[in-house]
Amino acid sequence: MSINGKAYIAGAFEHPTRKATGKTIPQLHAEMAAGALADAGLTSRDIDGFFCASDAPGMGGLNMAEYLGLRPRYVDNTDTGGSSYILAVGHAAQAIAAGKCSVALITLAGMPRTGPGPAGEGAFFNDPIVPEVPYELPFRHTIANLYGMCAMRHMYEFGTTSEQLAWVKVAASHHAQHNPHAMLRDVVTVEDVLNSPMVADPLHRLDCCVISDGGGALIVVSPEVARTLNRPLIKVRGAGEAIKHLNGGRSDLTFSGGVWSGPAAFSEAGVKPSDIKYASIYDSFTITVLMTLEDLGFCEKGQGGRFVADGNLISGIGKLPFNTDGGGLCSNHPANRGGMTKVIEAVRQLRGEAHPKVQVANCDLALAHGTGGYLGSRHGSATLILERV
Amino acid sequence: MTLNKSDTAPDRDSAPQWRSTNGKLLIQKCEECGDAFYYPRVVCPFCLSSNVQWVECSGNGRIYSYSVTRRGDPYAIAFVTLDEGPKMMTNIVDCPVDKIAIDQQVSVVFRDLEGVPTPMFRPSAAL
Ligand SMILES: [Zn+2]
Repeated sequence: MSINGKAYIAGAFEHPTRKATGKTIPQLHAEMAAGALADAGLTSRDIDGFFCASDAPGMGGLNMAEYLGLRPRYVDNTDTGGSSYILAVGHAAQAIAAGKCSVALITLAGMPRTGPGPAGEGAFFNDPIVPEVPYELPFRHTIANLYGMCAMRHMYEFGTTSEQLAWVKVAASHHAQHNPHAMLRDVVTVEDVLNSPMVADPLHRLDCCVISDGGGALIVVSPEVARTLNRPLIKVRGAGEAIKHLNGGRSDLTFSGGVWSGPAAFSEAGVKPSDIKYASIYDSFTITVLMTLEDLGFCEKGQGGRFVADGNLISGIGKLPFNTDGGGLCSNHPANRGGMTKVIEAVRQLRGEAHPKVQVANCDLALAHGTGGYLGSRHGSATLILERV
Repeated sequence: MTLNKSDTAPDRDSAPQWRSTNGKLLIQKCEECGDAFYYPRVVCPFCLSSNVQWVECSGNGRIYSYSVTRRGDPYAIAFVTLDEGPKMMTNIVDCPVDKIAIDQQVSVVFRDLEGVPTPMFRPSAAL
């Protein structure tokens, strides 16, 4: 059964905070839920489906459902890292299409900057029950060096350069200057990126995303509910998901799970990459964006460096405007999980509610893609295609 | 060489299987589909057969990719493609970090980490 046209995003809320001193994570989940409900024009009593991931304190959705006073008839706490919230939109659409719920709430909240943040760096790196840990932990893998190894191999195989990677950050910074909530609002140059300290070769500090407190929430509803609300109709056209891992040592660091989740989403939506007017691309690091664009078919494998260079991702200048809120690279990467904000900015673009300086003209078809976990070992990919109708 | 699976089955309390290798790198091979794989586990990740055996490696391979972490004392993490096929995560040692390159030939060297001899790699040729 296809989910194309079976569900709509009616509410989207990104918390303005980036530093939630004095708050708690459950409190933040509640603020996210309230924000998205207000945006949709619904109340918590309307919610009959609840979707969350491991950033939600407690056992799956149980404890937060109680805290929020929900009585869902459908729950899903699938965790694919930072892509979970993009994947959850697809799962919510499936549940709605099957009649299992009609108003689904998806929340994300965390405090890696000021609080205990359970979803932070290395959440699964040293848990002895995880089978690969004895074979990886001794070698001091970090988030940054796992992505660094992907970038290094991409450079070796395809001639990708640090300058090309830097263009991804430059484009994000051009967008972030218009976002009053962005953590990094200064426009940077390729030279600024290359002159920032090396973190994990070949990734510089400015190749990395920010670390921020905060989160967001989404409300996904049935077509019947959507038509009763006074909001633009943002239709779910297609969704795809995949897990990519090291495959018993037959490992290949030059592509992501986007090679599988992307075609699934495009096929379900009945569209192709060249139809997409705006793309939210998970940007934990600049290399994540470059490789994802190849894997989703926006350019040939190996051509990502050329594709992102010279401002091609800057709204109003380039062919493919991306992450017009400033993305994780400059604005927000709440709970170290950037999938939620990817969907939210895509919804803003489709509604025409992005900042006027970055709003894409006639933006009627958008994509949001997430890479959760670690590009250089194992990750969950989720691709979502949305249409304003 | 073959070890008894029950002696080596990875579980939450076990140290890595390199513990008893006497300077030789061991990986696993599936007796059903014939393929070597990494990391070690009690089933083959290609066919789920539990008929897996330990095999001794030459200890030689090539650097598939690497990254030098610059926070504190620089160190190099890498994936090495073993001559037997599988890639494994490791560190490159005994070499200035700026001399490391993809496709470099490397050989295993065991380093003691908290009492566990741990396989790392160094360039096979003098640099
Ligand atoms: Zn097998």
